[in-house]
Amino acid sequence: MSAQDAAKLSFTIDGKEVKAEPGQTILQAAALAGIYIPHLCAMKGLSPWGSCRVCTVLVNGKPQAACTMPVAEGMIVENDTAELKDLRSSIVEMLFVEGNHFCMFCEKSGNCELQAMGYRLGMLQPRHDYMFPTRQVDASHPDVMLDHNRCILCARCIRASKELDGKNVFQFIHRGAHKRIGVDAAGGAGGTNLAVTDKAAEACPVGCIVKKRVGFAVPIGQRLYDTKPIGSHIEAGRAAKE
Amino acid sequence: MSVAKRIVIEPVTRVEGHGKVTILLDENGKVVQARLHIVEFRGFERFIQGRPFWEVPVLVQRLCGICPVSHHLAAAKAMDRVVGGEKLTPTAEKMRRLMHYGQIYQSHALHFFHLSSPDLLFGFDADVGIRNVIGVAGKYPDLAVQAVMMRKYGQEIIKATAGKKIHGTGAIPGGINKNLSLAERDGLLKEVEQQIAWSKGAVKIAKDYTVENLTKLAPFGSFDSNHLSLVRSDGAMDLYDGNLRAIDAQGKVILDQVDCQKYLDFIAEEVRDWSYMKFPFIRSLGPDKGWYRVGPLARLNTATFIDTPLAEAARKEFVAVTSGKPNNVTMAYHWARMIELLHAMEKMQALLNDKDLQGKDLVVKGQRREVGIGLLEAPRGTLFHHYVVDKNDMIVAANLIVSTTNNNEPMNRAVAKVARDHLQGVEITEALLNHVEVAIRAYDPCLSCATHALGQMPLMLAVVDHRGQVLDEKSRG
Ligand code: SF4
Ligand code: SF4
Repeated sequence: MSAQDAAKLSFTIDGKEVKAEPGQTILQAAALAGIYIPHLCAMKGLSPWGSCRVCTVLVNGKPQAACTMPVAEGMIVENDTAELKDLRSSIVEMLFVEGNHFCMFCEKSGNCELQAMGYRLGMLQPRHDYMFPTRQVDASHPDVMLDHNRCILCARCIRASKELDGKNVFQFIHRGAHKRIGVDAAGGAGGTNLAVTDKAAEACPVGCIVKKRVGFAVPIGQRLYDTKPIGSHIEAGRAAKE
Repeated sequence: MSVAKRIVIEPVTRVEGHGKVTILLDENGKVVQARLHIVEFRGFERFIQGRPFWEVPVLVQRLCGICPVSHHLAAAKAMDRVVGGEKLTPTAEKMRRLMHYGQIYQSHALHFFHLSSPDLLFGFDADVGIRNVIGVAGKYPDLAVQAVMMRKYGQEIIKATAGKKIHGTGAIPGGINKNLSLAERDGLLKEVEQQIAWSKGAVKIAKDYTVENLTKLAPFGSFDSNHLSLVRSDGAMDLYDGNLRAIDAQGKVILDQVDCQKYLDFIAEEVRDWSYMKFPFIRSLGPDKGWYRVGPLARLNTATFIDTPLAEAARKEFVAVTSGKPNNVTMAYHWARMIELLHAMEKMQALLNDKDLQGKDLVVKGQRREVGIGLLEAPRGTLFHHYVVDKNDMIVAANLIVSTTNNNEPMNRAVAKVARDHLQGVEITEALLNHVEVAIRAYDPCLSCATHALGQMPLMLAVVDHRGQVLDEKSRG
């Protein structure tokens, strides 16, 4: 056994042995091992957040968020089970019904993680009623549009702005059902120091924060999830080589 | 006191969308008026306000499940103006044209074989039990197969240009998002000869039928009218682009080579309290005299010539019937439609052999504008899209005049004419009711689209008097 292997701890996901460094989350270790655990608020390069709960796994029989739970020697993780798939689908369904998601004319269609997650989880019809909330579009920025109808409150933009751009453009405002993403200027995103080249302008998993005037430029058939389901790149082991 | 009787025919079967016909009789049972009502209304023009302009070509297709491509392209043409990209690259313009001809082809094939051929092949008075597309399939099985294959071909063209058979994304402001791969091209080229042959056959069916039955058809729902369409700068038929031309019933030019961006200087819309659908007219002639017909018949009348040989030969036969004068016979729409079907197929053949379709230069942009207007000739006639975009790229106003709205007055006239000729003082039979529907159907109206509606309604048939009291009720369709 090499010194490096000795430093690693070992646990199982769905019975498969996975080696990991101490301090890694279950999600990170799984990705490196080529195992996809569905997730939305987690994003490579950003600090763990743990809000969407799509990555819920059973750790020694108890539900945990794989994106925040650190690995431990000998833990038994269940990921790919019918029960968890149904639980994840129910979360995704809630995200759909609490916003206004008209995929058929949404420019994020085909490149959208929420939509792709719905497909991957086999979601058909949401089990809850659509809420059709009244939400605004913030078009005040010259190069970036915010369509709040499609926000899933994942906080990726907040973290990307702080952690990657060194800015503080986005934050949550209001509480509970009224919670939404706000910007640090009264007149909308146009009053902030957000630049179209910022990482925050690219972090949104859905069609809420989009670059203006480039929608639909990629033809159907060549979009991110047109031919392969979300998570395929992890399963193909690409992440392991990176 | 006498009670005026109102006969309501609802639904108009085999018409896309939903309509309701009211025939108003006076106390003597004489037809006083006929109206085609639109029963659903929800405004798309309002709905798209506050949406970004680049979303509109994809969004407005939802107006219609039958000719979404027309709305997609008309909106894209309007947005070309907004981004200053109206001088498209050859690849972009030709890809869009290919998409449009594919749409014309599949829509005309659908209309002719599925919606009109039952009337044409069996006669209007035939039993409804056989006078339907199933009846056609039983008696003319080869024709039914052709119809399916022609429609499918048009849809394959749309898929190759827009990414999907229905509600694709191909056209974007200032261009197109894909070219035609060699594999796509070769797949489509394989079938060209067969499709041309079938199109010629379709023209022959429509021509033979029209010529043989001319005496019966000539007065049927017919009347003199103005005709309006886009034509190319040399007067040729052009379904994708061009300038406005309008002629009167005798062929006299009312307007010609009018720049589409100035349409509002020449066309106005009248609102009438009993209909959600507006009534467009040519300003210089006023609402009483300025209404006009659009669509295949109008286009055959306005065009100086057709720039593809087979369709041009067919056009010459068409105009010979009226000795070169405009054809005002409502039922001649079907023949005109098939000539366009052939024209669209010839155009597709030429485009598929054009190397520009494999070009890589897809999008152009220029001077940003606040207003975008896009017109094209949809399968059912001239389609107007007009948008105002604010400095933040959001739609603040929109006006759409769809083909069926342009034909609103003519359809009402056709219904009144048929009602006067066939229903007056006669008991209302299924066959007679269908005469009214046949007259409407000649216009291939897409009624839900004409009121910019979303959604569907259940259908019923009712007879009510002038007090709104229901005298009779029937469900149908
Ligand atoms: S953001 Fe995603 S899920 Fe929402 S409408 Fe757009 S494509 Fe659909
Ligand atoms: S705007 Fe996008 S990135 Fe930000 S919270 Fe909403 S969905 Fe997440």
